[in-house]
Amino acid sequence: MKLSQLEIGEQGIIKEFTDLEMSVKLMEMGCLPGELIKVERIAPLGDPIAVSVSGYQLSLRKKEASTIELI
Amino acid sequence: MKDKIKVALVGNPNTGKSTIFNALTGLNQKIGNFPGVTVDKKTGFSKLADGRILEIVDLPGTYSLYPKSADETIVFEVLSDPKNSSHPDMVVIVADATNLKRNLLLYTQIADLGLPVIIALNMMDLAAKSNMEIDIDALAKRLNVQVVSLAARKSQGIETLKNAIQFQSEIPLQSPTIDVEAIAPELIQTLSKELNITQPYIALQIAHQHEHLKYLTKTQSNRVEELEKQFDFHSQKSQAAETIARYNFINDVLLDTVKYKSVALEENISNKIDHYLTHKVWGFVIFIAILFSIFQSIFAWSEYPMAIIETVFVWLAEMGHRYLPAGVLTNLLIDGVLSGLSGVMVFIPQIALLFAFISILEDTGYMSRVTFMMDRLMRKVGLNGKSVVPLIGGLACAVPSIMSARTIENWKDRMITIMVTPLVSCSARLPIYTLLISLVVPKKMLLGFINLQGLALMSLYLLSIITAILVAWVMKGLIKSKIKGYFIMELPVYRMPRWNNVGITMYESVKTFVTEAGKVIIAVSIILWVLASYGPGNSFETIDQKYQAESFKKEYSGAQIERFKSSEKLENSYAGILGKSIEPAIKPLGFDWKIGIALITSFAAREVFVGTMATLYSVDGDASKMESVKEKMANAKNPNTGQPVFTVATAFSLMIFYAFAMQCMSTMAVVYRETKNIKWPLIQFAYMLVLAYTASFVVFQFLK
Repeated sequence: MKLSQLEIGEQGIIKEFTDLEMSVKLMEMGCLPGELIKVERIAPLGDPIAVSVSGYQLSLRKKEASTIELI
Repeated sequence: MKDKIKVALVGNPNTGKSTIFNALTGLNQKIGNFPGVTVDKKTGFSKLADGRILEIVDLPGTYSLYPKSADETIVFEVLSDPKNSSHPDMVVIVADATNLKRNLLLYTQIADLGLPVIIALNMMDLAAKSNMEIDIDALAKRLNVQVVSLAARKSQGIETLKNAIQFQSEIPLQSPTIDVEAIAPELIQTLSKELNITQPYIALQIAHQHEHLKYLTKTQSNRVEELEKQFDFHSQKSQAAETIARYNFINDVLLDTVKYKSVALEENISNKIDHYLTHKVWGFVIFIAILFSIFQSIFAWSEYPMAIIETVFVWLAEMGHRYLPAGVLTNLLIDGVLSGLSGVMVFIPQIALLFAFISILEDTGYMSRVTFMMDRLMRKVGLNGKSVVPLIGGLACAVPSIMSARTIENWKDRMITIMVTPLVSCSARLPIYTLLISLVVPKKMLLGFINLQGLALMSLYLLSIITAILVAWVMKGLIKSKIKGYFIMELPVYRMPRWNNVGITMYESVKTFVTEAGKVIIAVSIILWVLASYGPGNSFETIDQKYQAESFKKEYSGAQIERFKSSEKLENSYAGILGKSIEPAIKPLGFDWKIGIALITSFAAREVFVGTMATLYSVDGDASKMESVKEKMANAKNPNTGQPVFTVATAFSLMIFYAFAMQCMSTMAVVYRETKNIKWPLIQFAYMLVLAYTASFVVFQFLK
């Protein structure tokens, strides 16, 4: 399951990243393997999405969310 | 003991770093540049209890020492190079207590640079409310650093922070964080030896960032590259390993020092607000409504203070003419400098209001929601959600906005943003718009509550934004690039604006406007007055003689003759000749040669237009009667037809011209600085001129 496949309100635990470059940036922002991540909102035009992770909210594009594999 | 202590303020974005900076320094701050780069450097001063002077450097907000944007590279550059003029004696790390884990990542990196550090744990009031318990003493003991608890928005803890700075030891005492050397042992050892570096983490960061570091020579940088190959160093893999190690360390620390009970309350409220503010329909409706009320307020609230400023200048001119000895110098001072200045000073209230609104939008966290909502749309036209900030900032001034485009990581997105930002109507166009609108648009209410003048103004702004988006869309196809962009951005919780910060922003913007624009305007006013008051050869004497003739005295009164005379003199002055030489080119747009002079003088900066108009019409006008610029322009008649010069067609054509033309030297300079290629500002100047000319031509021919 990828993060980009979740609907609003659904959550998952980060397993791994499929893109090294993205992973470095995501981890700096608190998206770490083992963290709980929840989709809070989707932007009015369908992209990007807002997720809560590590106690705060982050927005990222669906394409970027698709590099995050969930358990 | 030194009599001065230099402290760098470092922290993640949205941690209240600038609130702490403002609280420490008040208005005692200055904005400059870091040497060699164009990053704004904010420095402030304060005094410690023991009499030492505290110099505080506010470094750009960043999530880690690995830079994601051009601005962020300066943080490592300053902290790792003892020879850098901004290199501090110690670092204060501002951390958001409600988001401690992510904030501590930057702490562990900075701690490893080997500078004395203090943690300023901000937003402790919110952390307490969110059912999160931080054991400050345990945290301080575990990391072996001073941890100061603050609630900067409530001005709590600032004095404690100053005390902590005062008693901070000069040598770094913090406990080690992770085993840095284990990440790339041979490379770090060799680099440390060859470059004479004592801190392993600085060596590791140099391996990552050597291409961007200004203090490394070309040979040194090449040598780093060589060593990386030799020891098989992979930058991203090493960075990933480091980040995971750091978070392991942080989790360990937090386990003993923080107790979480439930989800933060504040964020729930934020979520509820976002339900409406980023709603499919309401999100956009509210956004438009907010922009609408901003422009309505700018017009409504500035009316009274503007009237006062106008009155003061008219009074000053009157007093000057009455009490100063008549002569060339007095004329220069009053008709040249004073009228030029008054035309511009009168717009201080509007500029202050605009900057205040923009800073409120940013401060509350709403601006990042706009970015979130607009990203998809912006991407379609070749921009980026993050382009919204420069574009909205462009409403204030293109110069800082073009600089703020640095937060856009993707090169192509950034170039397009830079190219179209000057199209957005900035505050320098505001004087031109409001003056011309008040001349030709009746002061009426539509449907009882919509101010017609405000509506005209908003339409001009909307037009400018729509044009910027269209041009971006065209450029998307023209500029080629293969690098992919990304969009990972924090959505901070909604907060009340910090009125103190809004106040400081207003003050700083007005100060910059008055000093920077003022200098240009005074210089241009003087040159213009000379050009308008003197003509080539003996043309002025010929005119004087012509009106001496008896035939004139019989037919016209003395005042009328004076008027004809000054009008004809202006036409034959250097300025008049200059304006007339470009008149054929601008006639199809509805402009006469006087407007032509203003177009030339305001190339340096748009705000000069109003000053030029004021100066030109003072020279031309009846010196015994003092009027404001607006009255002067309203009374201006075409000498041939007797019709008013500023008709609806001419006024709108002129506004459209200023909306699109690149009449700003500072913008061109900053575009050159940011793109490092003269090609970009030149292309920009050319396309904007063509656009302005065509659009004005269409508007004038259509409305005529």
